Amino acid sequence: MNSGGMIYNILSLGVPFSVALLVAALGENFNQRAGIFNLGCEGIMSMGAFLGFLPAFFIKTGPLAAHVNLLGFVFAMAAGALLGLLFALVTVTFRASQGIAGIGLQMFGWGIAGTLSRHFVGGVTGVEGVPAWAIPGLAKIPFLGGVLFNHNPVVYIAFLMVPTSWYLLFRTPWGLKVRAVGTYPRAADTMGINVNRVRYQALMLGGAMAGFAGAYLSLCQAKMFADDIVAGRGFIAVALVYFGRWNPVGILGGALLFSLAQTLQLSIQVGGIKFPYEFAVMLPYVLVIVVLAFTRKARMRGPTELGKPYNREMRV
Amino acid sequence: MNKIKLLYRLGVILTAALAAALVGAMVLTAIGASPIATYTTIFTGPFADKYGITEVLVRAIPLILVGLGIAISFRSGILNIGAEGQILMGILASTAMALAFPGAPKVILLPLMFMAGALGGAFWGGIAGFLRAKLGVNEILSTVMLNYIAAQFYTYLLRGPMIDSNELLTGSGTPQSMRLPKAAWLDRIVPETRLHAGLILALVLAFCVYSLLWRTTWGYRLRAAGAEAKAARYAGVHVERSLITAMLLAGGFAGLAGAVEVSGVHHRAIEGISSGYGFSGIVVALFGGLHPAGIVPAAVFFGVLLVGADMTQRSAGVPANMILVLQGVVILAIVSAKMYINNAYALERFARFFRRSGTAKIPRSVKTGGQP
Repeated sequence: MNSGGMIYNILSLGVPFSVALLVAALGENFNQRAGIFNLGCEGIMSMGAFLGFLPAFFIKTGPLAAHVNLLGFVFAMAAGALLGLLFALVTVTFRASQGIAGIGLQMFGWGIAGTLSRHFVGGVTGVEGVPAWAIPGLAKIPFLGGVLFNHNPVVYIAFLMVPTSWYLLFRTPWGLKVRAVGTYPRAADTMGINVNRVRYQALMLGGAMAGFAGAYLSLCQAKMFADDIVAGRGFIAVALVYFGRWNPVGILGGALLFSLAQTLQLSIQVGGIKFPYEFAVMLPYVLVIVVLAFTRKARMRGPTELGKPYNREMRV
Repeated sequence: MNKIKLLYRLGVILTAALAAALVGAMVLTAIGASPIATYTTIFTGPFADKYGITEVLVRAIPLILVGLGIAISFRSGILNIGAEGQILMGILASTAMALAFPGAPKVILLPLMFMAGALGGAFWGGIAGFLRAKLGVNEILSTVMLNYIAAQFYTYLLRGPMIDSNELLTGSGTPQSMRLPKAAWLDRIVPETRLHAGLILALVLAFCVYSLLWRTTWGYRLRAAGAEAKAARYAGVHVERSLITAMLLAGGFAGLAGAVEVSGVHHRAIEGISSGYGFSGIVVALFGGLHPAGIVPAAVFFGVLLVGADMTQRSAGVPANMILVLQGVVILAIVSAKMYINNAYALERFARFFRRSGTAKIPRSVKTGGQP
């Protein structure tokens, strides 16, 4: 294979690979901007992946059969929002330690998805998934067309989420409230913003997006469900928020970097260079640690009250 | 007033336990299993015979060891989620040690093995401690990533360099190491069961951790750094160093748990030895109030839960993942309840409710909740 073809392959594979990370990280960004560190993202994604897969698995005929994928995404987002609500109850209302609660939510979501899938699905089964849809005209552009405009429609929606979440965060009153409760909740409270309500809303939105990301994995990327399908992507998404400095554009860059590294490693394998498979799988996880080690200065720009529960009854 | 406080705390704990059991029951109902029958099997099944009871203790051994390590790290202000990876590194190091000296006598080989295991785990935990202390890397994320890395490294070694040569000869290729020499086996303390001498080691170490953390200046410094880093630093505690120490110790305990598991139960490194002890250990440590005196009974309790869950899987067909659901709910319930137990305002509301309904007489001092 010539090098041009290889680059084309890496890019055109890497773009759809980045979607799950991107959407989950954009959702996590809302959580963290509101001051809540949601490590349960991984568990929410597991649940989303399972519920997204379920309609496509069960409904093969009938009037609904044409809309199973849409139904799957709706279910996944609803479940994600519900788990976000549960997390809000624990961390906002009960003011629990967020790091540990996040691990609890991760185990909970992962466990439920696994338990239900063992019972209702049994072994690993594939589904048809979401077919590719080339954007007419744009897909014909040489090179760029195949890289950017020849994917399943969910990819385009996901990339549209980047400017949307940027607009939502930085150009709407709600986004200002989210940033305020994550940076200086007491001031926000004094100005009449209901801190807890905004945090609840941000967590539910973030949860719904994590559910969406999970459904993308099972319906568009793997086109099947296995209980280890998320494989740490939820945690990587949390790390990407740091990497992207709490900015949707930075997060996009991080998600692309990660998925390109992963597809590069895949194509090295296919290229026949001998390299133990296990080390190739390790690569993204090592990358996360390296990235985190180099972005520590970024903390200054992020939500300063990240991880701290707000107690309006407490005197300062 | 203390009566109300006690009643309040009991109420919080009971509500949390009930909520956890209820969520578990909902999931069980969803998969068509009877919650009452399942809970009955989980909590009574393991006590049916000698094998069940000893098996509970066999599970409790690694849970105590991991839980102790987690408690040290949590108390020192660093949240170690990486016990799973640290266990794997401990298994690899101790197995390699035992296979390197097959002719050594037991009195030398066993300590060497445990030391290697603890060092392997400490190394893996130390990485996260170093990254947190020196580079400000969030330890939860780094330990989670180190878990994934360790899991891949483990399978790589068991499939490649460390694989049993017999597996290659017969061509079955099961990823497992060679069987350890007999000198590397911990003695069984109850004949015809799997209960091994690791239990004694775990109990002794539980006492050691208590003495270290609560009866020495050094332990006080660790706990001070965890309770309030700024104040501790002002008082002259080297907080960064104590973070690294805590992670080395936490990793060491997890690695030791791996070594004990190999030496006492499996006698070789195979896949799935840890089977989630690293995560269960977190639940055990939290459930035990991050104190050795609580961790030991908590480990036995979760030993019952693990053995019982295995039994329901066999008898009632409840998937093994159900244990994850229960553990997750228990974590969420504990961290929620913890905040409520010390919430003076909630206590006051509780007391006021009682006053209004007139079932108890409350002195006025409850208004402040008894808290300064």
